[in-house]
Amino acid sequence: MTARQRLWFFAIAAAGLVACLLWAFTGLPGFGNYPGPYGQEILRQAVAQTHATGVVSAVNFEYRGFDTVGEEFILFTAAAGMSVVLRRLRKERQTEPAEEAGTRTIPATSSAVRVAALLLVGPTAVLGWWLASHAQTSPSGGFQGGVILASAFILVYLAGEFLTFRRLSPVALLDAVEAAGAGGFVAIGLAAIAMNLPFLDNYLPLGQYPGAISSSGTIALISFFVGIEVAAAFTAIIGELLEQTLLRRA
Amino acid sequence: MISAGLMNTLQVTVLVLVAAGATVVVRTRSRIRQVLALSVYGMLLAILFLAFQAPDVTLSELTVGAIALPIILLLAIAKVRKREQ
Repeated sequence: MTARQRLWFFAIAAAGLVACLLWAFTGLPGFGNYPGPYGQEILRQAVAQTHATGVVSAVNFEYRGFDTVGEEFILFTAAAGMSVVLRRLRKERQTEPAEEAGTRTIPATSSAVRVAALLLVGPTAVLGWWLASHAQTSPSGGFQGGVILASAFILVYLAGEFLTFRRLSPVALLDAVEAAGAGGFVAIGLAAIAMNLPFLDNYLPLGQYPGAISSSGTIALISFFVGIEVAAAFTAIIGELLEQTLLRRA
Repeated sequence: MISAGLMNTLQVTVLVLVAAGATVVVRTRSRIRQVLALSVYGMLLAILFLAFQAPDVTLSELTVGAIALPIILLLAIAKVRKREQ
């Protein structure tokens, strides 16, 4: 197929796609007009029902909590699969020690990077923890907080060395925290079943008034478990990748 | 409160920036530069979500698009480079 023919082929396909898209666009509801009934209904009910002013968290961890359990285990499975795959690679390298003898010298980390990273570790950890523990009152949640918490560990690596990173986040600890986070989420749901309530039903006291840190019952607790699970999973994934890439340096 | 007209201008501006950012990511040839462009693109997407009043998605996009994904990609590139040598 010549370049010219390919261009024609693309032009016909692109024209078809544009036509279909334009046709589909004409059937869309107007910009900003949400036609479904659930959004308005949730907005009316959620704060009174859950005492969570972060309505997105109420939706994520309560109204569709079962879906979130599934999403949680996607990350859990990804981290587990990652460590399984990379473990095999580590063994492969052990049989090939000759490859380790590189002549390349690795430049030392500059002080500017070290100082900047070191200064950011504390604020990053606090921000991550704050986001993970304030799902009930803000649009944050365990997932976002967890990723930021994990990036605090990456800053430790940038500021120091891989060994410091590993000492702060040993694999066994990460695995335990990750499992506790994922398991804690499911355990909260199963506890509801044990009390003859639907799975993940909000059985804890909702707190005195909406918007308080202690409000929202299981929502805040689930967000906490999601936070530690995500933080451990991401730190484990990055740690495995760092180990793969920088073993010679450590 | 921000007026509706200003909000519309902001939304259109960010949409144009996102389209431009996506083009830059696709057109960048060097792998490392492409990852950095992707990180900036993640920031732009986060601003887009904020402009469309979805602060929760903004936070997710910020953490995953601008932090987690670029780091994983950079490490993967470093690993492949080490193989090639």
